[in-house]
Order: sequence, then structure tokens, then C-alpha cells
Amino acid sequence: MRIKNHPILSFDTEETIEFSYNGKKLRGVEGDTIASALHASGIKKLSESIHLKRPRGFYCAIGNCASCNMVVDGVPNVRTCITPLKPGMVVNNQVGKGKVYEE
Amino acid sequence: MKNKEAVIIGAGPAGLKAAKQLLEAGAHVTIIDRNKKLGGQLVKQTHKFFGSEKQYASFRGIDILEILVQGLKPFEDRLEILNETSVVGLYKDKVVACVKHDNFFKIKAKSIIMATGASEKHLPFENNDLPGIYAAGAVQTLMNEYGVKPGDKVLMVGSGNIGLIVSYQLLQAGVDVVALVEAAPQISGYLVHASKIKRLGVDILMQTSIKRAIGKDQVEQVEIWELDEVWQGIPGTERVLGVDTVCISVGLAPLTELLMQIGADVEYIRELGGNVPRIDFRYETSIKGVYACGDVVGIEEASSAMVEGAMAGIHAAHDLGYTVEDESRKLKVLQEELKFLRSGPHAAKVRAGYTKLEVKI
Repeated sequence: MRIKNHPILSFDTEETIEFSYNGKKLRGVEGDTIASALHASGIKKLSESIHLKRPRGFYCAIGNCASCNMVVDGVPNVRTCITPLKPGMVVNNQVGKGKVYEE
Repeated sequence: MKNKEAVIIGAGPAGLKAAKQLLEAGAHVTIIDRNKKLGGQLVKQTHKFFGSEKQYASFRGIDILEILVQGLKPFEDRLEILNETSVVGLYKDKVVACVKHDNFFKIKAKSIIMATGASEKHLPFENNDLPGIYAAGAVQTLMNEYGVKPGDKVLMVGSGNIGLIVSYQLLQAGVDVVALVEAAPQISGYLVHASKIKRLGVDILMQTSIKRAIGKDQVEQVEIWELDEVWQGIPGTERVLGVDTVCISVGLAPLTELLMQIGADVEYIRELGGNVPRIDFRYETSIKGVYACGDVVGIEEASSAMVEGAMAGIHAAHDLGYTVEDESRKLKVLQEELKFLRSGPHAAKVRAGYTKLEVKI
């Protein structure tokens, strides 16, 4: 899902940053956010609605809407659309409102 | 708690222009932005701007951003940039509560310039919360900033400039735009953008909207239908399209929450996009020393945001006791530019909105 040819922009497509998502190893590129790296790997569902458990993806991609909140390195409600991806990050789908500092 | 002089919240076109004026006048400036890169939404705008030459018409947004950032370089000794920092609280005594990388801290400002911008609206329809349904600007961010395609086949909802421009940029990224639907009987953005995507084969369907999205964990199909003259769906006109992405481009709403928290007077003005602060002609809100500019005072374009930012910056510098060189002439020129940018038929709504707001001031 990465753009390879573009008339105006050029992108780094070499996936060198390894991170884990729900226990699986995935890779992203330098400059990715967590959400963009997941999307590039075909993962659109980032969280669930709190009561009805409906699937949620991002909506605004600029940190406004909270639809992309996930648990990152044990911290819940991280806005993955504006959080830069770092090597070794542990990213998990969030269930419910999230507990502070859960393992 | 650290004391600061001028604090600008939001590093988009308005905030960066305000910073330049304050710095030129001699002030110490702190810019706070939740993103890593400065520039707000300019970072994803690969299209060339219209409007006035003075506001960089014919330049791409991404290049304008470079010009604005370079403009701050000579003043680096008086400029502090707090990026990846979210403002989580704003108080009457001009205390700004911030979070950067999980660290909480407070700063006290002498004056605050609110340039928080806007957020994209959503649309009510069945299953509108499925993954794959994104704001059009969000898809623009995903593609142009991160180089990731949103999907393979897209339905665009809304024919404002964002809808039209993002449709074109989807095609540039190699994504198929299956159709663009618009509830109104006419295109709401610039016709030149609409013609461009039409020439490239995008089906533009007027008086048509999305009825529902279909899919389990993400969008697999959508159902669209025609609307009557009072925007109600016409049963029997439904059509199913195979798309994996829906882009919603139905307008923006000013990000006024922090202004509400600090207790600034806010009015609902539909033509300006929603709740906007009551500002005077100097871009000062009802709270002395707190100014607002750009999309947060009314949804317009980056060009007008830049002019407003410059004006707010000049007034803030003046009120801090600095001498702005050639102040009255500068302000007059900026006022004229704003008038020019708001003179066309597309700005009728904005003009009506400001007329309403001025009545109440």
C-alpha cells in the first residue's frame, strides 16, 4: 500500500523500523507514524468502540478525533496518527477505555 | 513554571506568520504544536495555491511552508519551538498546560495567539464508523506526508475544494476514484479543479449522496442514492459501488475548545463553520492579550490565514510594547489583501459570516 511512483513527491519505501503489533513483527519506514505504518501493512482496524465493540480506524489523521487510540508500550489512549514510529515499539489494539500503565 | 512572552498555539500558516511579525518587532516567541514538523496542514498540500501573489499564489503548499519556516531563521535566538507538544489546558491568567512525550509542564505567557486551525466534519449515515471511512484531509495526510495509499478504490463525498483536490491527488498516487458524489445541484469548490478530475475520468454525480457503507471489519461496498431538492434520499435510486475507501469532505469546524476553556466569548456562526471566538478588528478575543487568527476564527483558506496571522502578530507585538516598523501602513496593506481574497463569489459565505459576527461585536 506504499506509493512507489508519484509525480511530485518521493518517498522512502525501505522498511527498516521493526515494531510489534498484537504480538506480530511488522516493519515501517523512517518518518512513519504508528498509524501510517500499520495502514501500509494493510491494518485499518486500530481500536474498538467502548460499548458496542465496533471496529475503529483513524478518521482525521492529525490528532483531533481519538479514533486511532491504541496501547503503545503499555500506555493506553496514544494517538497513533501523530506518534512517530520508533524501533521496538509494542503496539496493541486497545480494549475499552484502557488502564493507565497496564503491562 | 516558566515565564514566556508571546506564546503561539498552532504552527500552521497563521501561527507562523504571527511568529514572524512578533519576532521582527523584537519579541520572544514560543511556538507550540502537537506535530513534529512545523507548517500545520501545509505539509500535505502538494497543489499550487490560487489567490494573491503576496500569499504565494502558484506556489505549492509544501514550498510555502519552507518559505515561512526559513523566514523565522534570522530570529532563532528569540524563538523557542515546542513541537510534539499538545496544549491540554488554558487558563485565564494565561497559564498554558502542555504535554510533551508524557511530560506535563506549565508555562505562563504575557500574550497568547491562538492559531489552532480546524478539524474535518463527519456525515451521518449507516456504518459511518467503519475503518476505511476517512476524512478527505486525513487521506491527503496519509498519502502526501507518509506515502501510503488509503486503499485501491475510493468514493469521494463532497465537491468542495478539499474533495476535488484530494480526488486529484488520489489519482496522482495511483488510486482509482470510482465516483465523487455531491448533495447540492452544483459543484461547491473551484470549477477548474472539478474539470481536471472529470477529464481524468472521475464520475461526478450531483444531487447524490452516500446512503450506507457495507462491510464487517472495514468498508467493502457502499450504497449511494439520489437526493431530491430538499436533500432527502429518493427510494429506488440506490446503487451499490465496490470501494474499499470512503473520503468524507463535508467541511471543517474551528478548533475552539481551548478558547472556550479560557472563557473567551464564543458564538455559533454557521457560515464560519461553527463556534468561533468573538474577535475585534485587532484579532483580540474577549480576553485581553489573547488573540486568534486563521481557521479557528472562521473556515477559509491558507492564504487568508496567513494575512490574519500577520495582523494578529502585529497587534500582539504592539500591545507588548514593541514598535512595529511602519505599523499602520502594514496593517492597511494586509487589510486590503484580505478584502481581495474575500472578494470572489466563493467567499460569499465567509463575508456573510463575518457580517454576522461584526454585528455582535
